[in-house]
Amino acid sequence: MATPPLDDAFDGVRLHVVTGKGGVGKTTVASALGLALARQGQRVLLVEVEGRQGISQTFGVPPLGTDEVRLVQDPSGGELWGLSVDAKAALLEYLQTFYKLGRAGGALEKMGVIDFATTIAPGVRDVLLTGKVYEAVGRTDGSRRGQGAHVWDAVVLDAPPTGRVARFLGVNEQVADLARVGPIHAQAESITRMLRDRISRVHVVTLLEEMPVQESADAVAELVAAGFPVGAVVVNQVREPVLAGPGLAALTGEDAEERVRADLALVGVRNGARTVGGLVAEGRDLAARLALETELSDEVAALGHPVLRLPSLPGGTEDGGVSVLADELAEQGVR
Amino acid sequence: MARALPSPMDVDALLADRDTGIIVCCGSGGVGKTTTAAALGVRAAEMGRHVVVLTIDPARRLAQSLGLTELDNTPRPVVGVGEEAGGSLDAMMLDMKRTFDEVVLAHSTPEKAAQILANPFYTAVSSSFAGTQEYMAMEKLGQLRAEAERDGTWDLVVVDTPPSRSALDFLDAPKRLGSFLDGRFIRLLMAPAKAGGKAYLKVFSFGANLAASTLSRVLGGQFLQDVQTFVAALDTMFGGFRERADVTYALLKEPSTAFVVVAAPERDALREATYFVERLEAEGMPLAGVVVNRMQVLAAPGLSGSRAEAAAEQLDDRLDEGPGPGLTASLLRLHADLAEVATRHEARVARFVTSHPGVRVSTVPAGATDIHDLDGLRTVAAALAG
Repeated sequence: MATPPLDDAFDGVRLHVVTGKGGVGKTTVASALGLALARQGQRVLLVEVEGRQGISQTFGVPPLGTDEVRLVQDPSGGELWGLSVDAKAALLEYLQTFYKLGRAGGALEKMGVIDFATTIAPGVRDVLLTGKVYEAVGRTDGSRRGQGAHVWDAVVLDAPPTGRVARFLGVNEQVADLARVGPIHAQAESITRMLRDRISRVHVVTLLEEMPVQESADAVAELVAAGFPVGAVVVNQVREPVLAGPGLAALTGEDAEERVRADLALVGVRNGARTVGGLVAEGRDLAARLALETELSDEVAALGHPVLRLPSLPGGTEDGGVSVLADELAEQGVR
Repeated sequence: MARALPSPMDVDALLADRDTGIIVCCGSGGVGKTTTAAALGVRAAEMGRHVVVLTIDPARRLAQSLGLTELDNTPRPVVGVGEEAGGSLDAMMLDMKRTFDEVVLAHSTPEKAAQILANPFYTAVSSSFAGTQEYMAMEKLGQLRAEAERDGTWDLVVVDTPPSRSALDFLDAPKRLGSFLDGRFIRLLMAPAKAGGKAYLKVFSFGANLAASTLSRVLGGQFLQDVQTFVAALDTMFGGFRERADVTYALLKEPSTAFVVVAAPERDALREATYFVERLEAEGMPLAGVVVNRMQVLAAPGLSGSRAEAAAEQLDDRLDEGPGPGLTASLLRLHADLAEVATRHEARVARFVTSHPGVRVSTVPAGATDIHDLDGLRTVAAALAG
C-alpha cells in the first residue's frame, strides 16, 4: 500500500514529539531520531518528561538533571544534548524568570503550593513540561526571544505514551480555558499554537502486534481530531523472516516433517520426532505471526502517514543499538 | 553456567484458597497485566469461585471476548465460564469519570452535587487529575469488595491496575490525595469560603498572603475563584474520600489480598517489577509472586542454537548448486535465532530470581499471536498454573 512521502513528516520540522504504547521502544526511537539528526550536523536536544531516566540508560551516561548535558559530539559538527525535565524545577525556574519571585518562591514551596501545582493540580504539571519544551524550541542566541538564530535545530521529545499523549499535548488548551486571563493563559495559548504549527510533528511508534497497532490507530485519530499534526508511524522491532514465500509454502506440505528428518540425518543432527516436530512447529508459528504482521502492516499503511521501519536488534538496545537504528533512520531519508 | 531456577507461584492453590479475596495485578505498561488478570479470573471461576474482574483499559478484542462491549462501569456476567464448576465470572471496565461522578452523587446533597458536577475545575480534575485513574481504581475496588461482602455476589475480586507511568502510582494515589487534603495550601484555598469573603487574608501570614496574591497573578483571578468554589464544594465529601482510601489501602495489607506483579522479560519491565516487589515488602503488602509473560520458548529444546546454525551451514554446502537455501536450513536458522532470544530471556529472569530470593516467579510463554478469546485466556492460565 502506498504511503505519503517521508518529507511530509520531517521537512521543516523542528519539534519531534515521539509517542507510542508502553513497551514499544518509544525512548529508543526518540533517541535514535535525535542521533540521526545530530549526525547530519544538527544541534539537537533530546527531552524526556517522565523522570524515567531512559535517555541516560540508552546512552550510558549518568542520570540527567535539570541542566542540558551533551550526549554525543558528532564529527559532522552536529551535537546531541539530553535533558530530563522536572516539573518542580521548571515551575520554580519559570516563576523566577517571569516574576522575579525571590522570597515568594520559598514561601510557595513552604505552603505546599509547588507540590500542589506539580503533582495535584490538573494539568499544571503537563503545562510546565510542555512549557519547557516550548522554551527550548523557541530559544535563540539573540538578546531577546525571537532574535538571532535558534539554539536548537531540532528538539526531540520523548512524550507520554499513546493513551495519554493527546491529553498531554492538549493540556494547554484546557488550561487556557480555566485560566481565562493572565500570563498563564497567554503562555498556554502560545504553546498550543506551537504544537499545532507545521514545525511540530507527533511521531507514533508501534510494533507489528495487535494492541500497539490498535492503540496507534486510536492515537492517530485522537491527535488528528485534536488538531496536532501527525508525522511518521515508526514500526519498531521489525524482524527479517528467515523463512519467506516458498519456504513457508513448503511447511504446509504433508511431507514437510519427512523432508526435515532426511536433511537432519544427512548432516548428522538428532532427528527424533520431538526435534523434527519442534522445528516444523517453530516454522508454522512464524508463518502464523508473519500472516498477522502482514495484516497489521496494511493497517499501519492505511493510517495514511509515512511509515518508517526499524529492525529488531538481536542484542537489544544495549551496546550501541541506538546507533544502528539512527543509521537506519537516516538511510530511510530522515533529515 | 548454572542458572537460578525460578520456583513458580502455586496459582491453583492461591485461587482455590477461599481466604484469597482480592488479587491485584500490577506492573508497567505493555506487559500483559489485563490478560493476566482476565486469565486468573477465568481459571478461578472454573474452579468454582465467584469472581469479578475489574479491567482498566483492555484491548478491544480481549474486552469483546469477555463480553465487554461497552464501558458502562457495571459488572456483566461472562457467558460460558465456570457454570459447570458452580462458579461464575463477571467482568467490568472502569469508567474513571463516571466513578468520580458517582462518588460525588453518593456523598453530597443533590444541589451540592449539581454544583460540583458543573464546576469547570471539577471537569478537569475528574478527567485529568494526576492519579485520578489510580484513585478511582482503588475506589472501585473498595466498592466491589463492599458489595461482595454485603450481597455475597462474589468471593474473589481480581483487579487490573491503570497503565501508569510507574507501577507504583497505584499505591501512591491515595497518599497523594491525602497530602492534597492535609496541605496548608488547600486549607488556604478553602479559607475564604469558610470565613466568607476576603477577610481571611488578614489572618494569614505575610508568606501566605504573598503566595495567594502571586497565584492570583499567575493564574488569573477567575481560575483561583473556580478552584475555591470547587474545593469548598468538595469539602464535605473529602473526608469520606480519604476515609475510604485509607480503608482500601488497609485492605491491601490484609492477608486475604494477593499482589501479582506482572512483567515481561525486558530490562525496563523487570526493573519496574523490582521497584514494586521492594515497595510491597516495605509496605507489608502480601506478594503472591511475579509473572513474567512473553517468554520465548523453543518447540525443539533439545537442539542448541549453535548446533542448529552449524547444521544449516552444512546443509547449505551440500545444496550449493540448488535453488537457494532449503526448508530445513531455514528452519534451523530460525531455531538458532529463537534459541538466542530464549537464552536472553532466561538470563534476565535468572538475574531477577537471583536478586530476589524467596520471590516466586512464574513464566508464561509468548504465543505466536495475541490472546482474544476465552480459550486463549484458559491457555495462559494453564501456563501460569504450571
